[in-house]
Amino acid sequence: MNGGRGSSSAGREEAGTGAVRTVDRIAEPWGSRTPYGTGEFWPVRIDAFLEEGVSEQDVDRWVQSASILHSNGDAMDIAVKDGRMVGVRGHVPSRVNHGRLGPKDLFGWQANGSPDRLGRPLVRENGGLVETDWETAMSRIVERSGELLGEQGPSAFGFYTTGQLFLEEYYTLGAIARAGIGTNHLDGNTRLCTATAGESLKESFGCDGQPGSYTDIDHADTIVMYGHNMAETQAVTWMRVLDRRRGQNPPKLIAIDPRPTPVAEEADIHLAVKNGTNLALLNALVHEIIEYDRVDYEYVEANTVGFGELEEQTRDCTPEWAAEICGVPAAEIREAARVIGESERLLQTVLQGVYQSHQATASACQVNNINLVRGMIGKPGCGVLQMNGQPTAENTRETGCNGDLPGFRNWQNDAHVQDLTRVWNVDPLTIPHYAPPTHAMQIFRYAEEGSIKLLWIQCTNPAVSLPELHRIRSILEQERLFVVVQDIFLTETARLADVVLPAATWGEKTGTYTNSDRTVHLSEKAIDAPGEARSDLDIFLDYAERMGFEDKDGEPLIKWHDPESAFEAWKECSRDRPCDYSGITYEKLRSASGIQWPCNEEHPEGTERLYEGGRFWASPDYCESYGKDLLTGASWEPTEYMATNPQGKALLKAAEYVPPYETTREEYPFWLNTGRTIYHFHTRTKTARAPQLQEAAPEVWAELSATDAESLGVGEGDLLEISSPRASILARARISAIREGVVFVPFHYGYWDLPEEDDGRGHARAANELTITQWDPVSKQPIYKTVAARVTKLEDQEGRAAPAPTNTGSKPVRDVGFRTAGGASALVTEKIEEVNDG
Amino acid sequence: MKVGLAIQQVRSAEEDLANELERVGERHMTDQEVYHLTRTLADVSRRNAEKIARFQERYPVSGGIRENEVGSGLFDTVREKGAQMVGRRPESGLLLLRDLRALYTLASWASINWVILGQGAQAAKDAELLQTTKECHPDTLRTLKWTNTLIKVVSPQVLTS
Repeated sequence: MNGGRGSSSAGREEAGTGAVRTVDRIAEPWGSRTPYGTGEFWPVRIDAFLEEGVSEQDVDRWVQSASILHSNGDAMDIAVKDGRMVGVRGHVPSRVNHGRLGPKDLFGWQANGSPDRLGRPLVRENGGLVETDWETAMSRIVERSGELLGEQGPSAFGFYTTGQLFLEEYYTLGAIARAGIGTNHLDGNTRLCTATAGESLKESFGCDGQPGSYTDIDHADTIVMYGHNMAETQAVTWMRVLDRRRGQNPPKLIAIDPRPTPVAEEADIHLAVKNGTNLALLNALVHEIIEYDRVDYEYVEANTVGFGELEEQTRDCTPEWAAEICGVPAAEIREAARVIGESERLLQTVLQGVYQSHQATASACQVNNINLVRGMIGKPGCGVLQMNGQPTAENTRETGCNGDLPGFRNWQNDAHVQDLTRVWNVDPLTIPHYAPPTHAMQIFRYAEEGSIKLLWIQCTNPAVSLPELHRIRSILEQERLFVVVQDIFLTETARLADVVLPAATWGEKTGTYTNSDRTVHLSEKAIDAPGEARSDLDIFLDYAERMGFEDKDGEPLIKWHDPESAFEAWKECSRDRPCDYSGITYEKLRSASGIQWPCNEEHPEGTERLYEGGRFWASPDYCESYGKDLLTGASWEPTEYMATNPQGKALLKAAEYVPPYETTREEYPFWLNTGRTIYHFHTRTKTARAPQLQEAAPEVWAELSATDAESLGVGEGDLLEISSPRASILARARISAIREGVVFVPFHYGYWDLPEEDDGRGHARAANELTITQWDPVSKQPIYKTVAARVTKLEDQEGRAAPAPTNTGSKPVRDVGFRTAGGASALVTEKIEEVNDG
Repeated sequence: MKVGLAIQQVRSAEEDLANELERVGERHMTDQEVYHLTRTLADVSRRNAEKIARFQERYPVSGGIRENEVGSGLFDTVREKGAQMVGRRPESGLLLLRDLRALYTLASWASINWVILGQGAQAAKDAELLQTTKECHPDTLRTLKWTNTLIKVVSPQVLTS
């Protein structure tokens, strides 16, 4: 058990009302504390950063936007001077962040102005990529598309999109893929970050949609974070938790994580479970809650189905049983279950430690089950936050770019498909609905076996982010596969493309996106994109026009022409569906602080939390999914769902724990855990081009426990070789308080920024060289966190420290001779406003 | 009393299913979901075959009725038919579809044997045996459903590419 209050390492200084502080936000990522008590208003603190030499008076205009480098959805303004971005500040009013920004928001915008932005299209000629014009590039894509439609049909096309475009762009892409081409092969890299969140909500509530709200933090008396290093992934929401922890009646905090993350350090109880054992722990927690009669039977009876099966499934899952599997003491599991069981306002949050791990969906569902059996859903402080990774991941789920049909329509429900054909005015046979939309890993499998022949990748970098990179490169390099990459930099993936389309990014185009707690923001164009780069929306519209996609009356399929008209079209598609945007307009978003859907005539100001009074979206004729078996992913048939859940209650689903597919053994005795640092996003395409962020975490490292380091004879900074059955990489050792037997490597580091001479050093830097091609059978999310590995020392560095941050999850166990700081270039002003209960 | 025969049939059906799940998994290692899940499901089938085998002492198979061969016989027939139709084509998708179809047939075969045994257990008023069929049969149905799901996912691409 850890310290509790006051144990945070950074940003402890409290600042009084009205104060302005200047803070090095690389050294103190979470900034000043503004404590508040249960149910009180979280004080406003406006964070601002302007480039050197620019003051507020110099700024020509501030343009409304929201953060794009994580899923928190912090409202912000972009500072523009002489047609250039020169800084950012927190937007007020803002329901999500109350003016605060995280380090990636404060510094990441500088990537827009990077001199190596793509400004012209590229095409492959004689083996190399050469600059060309849009006409040539688009003609090549359209020509190949036409050939493939003639030779094979829609099954030859695959679209692999992202979690970083805007809603309007996804909606357009979905219509092009599903109704224009008519293919089932459309998915996002959101498969890697948010698929399990969506799937677990569908399994438990019959429909996607975040039950809780960030405001539940204001009310909760107990917060549990499962595999969720909130401090580094949603920094601003972590500030909210820290401020509650420093105020009156602070909530208890429980962390489940094998790493000593800032969350684990702050927590009252930290369960450092072994990789791949989440479900065993969760089954034991549910066992204890039932055993000690912490169940709200009245709620369960009125609002759920499946309690008998849940009880049966967890009957033998005692803390002693789980302790053996998870490698944590039974007494601590029992204590955690007691705290959860005695809470009155329970908020539970989940992220990649669960989603990218073994039995992901079954584990995430078990978290939902805890709130359900305790009757703690849809009330202030009582919620579940199944988080997202990327800023616009939520929109891929809503618009059907992440394995569903648009508007949370159910592909197994003919009436829903019929309704979508009404919206798009197409024939029902046009839209594939004979099987679930193809997930990303399967799209790459089809490309591998040769049945997908055109793969269009937007704004994502699978050559660094997918598992088993050797395999991914070999798929993308195939002569028979025509690869289109649409991006803002020449990424590792773009280098393998046949056509590269230069895109405009955040701040250079207008559109909306939605964060993890259903808050919709508008992000307006602040500056022009470099060179000939075009917005993703314009690229899609151009393709649709060139392809001549038509509706069933011979009119153009895509009937919109710019962001706002696309948004209006989406509103109609979402009307009367759970993610109802029909009450939102661009104008309303300009004047509000972000609006939580559903927003319609009934809820003109949006909806703070879902499922109040046990009203779910789970009735058989309305639900998004009939569900799956949680062990195998086998689909339930409609009749099965109707028989099980005729009244549309919440579903208590569970599965037995089974060991991970790949297990540690003599040759590979370590569990490899891959993950993130607060200073970088994804494959660093943007964050490595922001000097403050890059300098805070410039190079890959590997974390080892002091015990393991000693037995391997490894000192801080020594060069290690980390090997799995797939490959080996090189990284320098950070000795931390990580669980014994676990080695952690951040996945951000690829090859684009290595010096030319290192470029060919055999792909020895990216963590995903090591990972295994496997996925959760229910959500199809790849499993990055249960990989067997070997660690070997290569070179002694004689005490030169690893290039890893010292103030985050990679904190060293002892002084390594430096502390992470940004100095003068990372000073941010924090203005704390008068307390205002409005 | 021929309950012993029904037990034997369930047992061999589950064992055949387990063996074939493993074989299919090995043949399709590059289809990762098939590779991983077949191993999990084979373990389940094997576990249930052992559970039901414990009842064989209670219900010995009487002389004259030999251990039924229909399980493996059916399996061979399915394999041969599948092989005749598509087996010599090189496409991995077609091979996968062929194997999944064989698995589906074996899982249905095992499932209906559980139904028969459950009926027999009720008529014999053997609560323990009935309980075991109730516990195990859903696992077989799950394998059947999983196979069905996979066939639905895979076949459109196989047939249109």
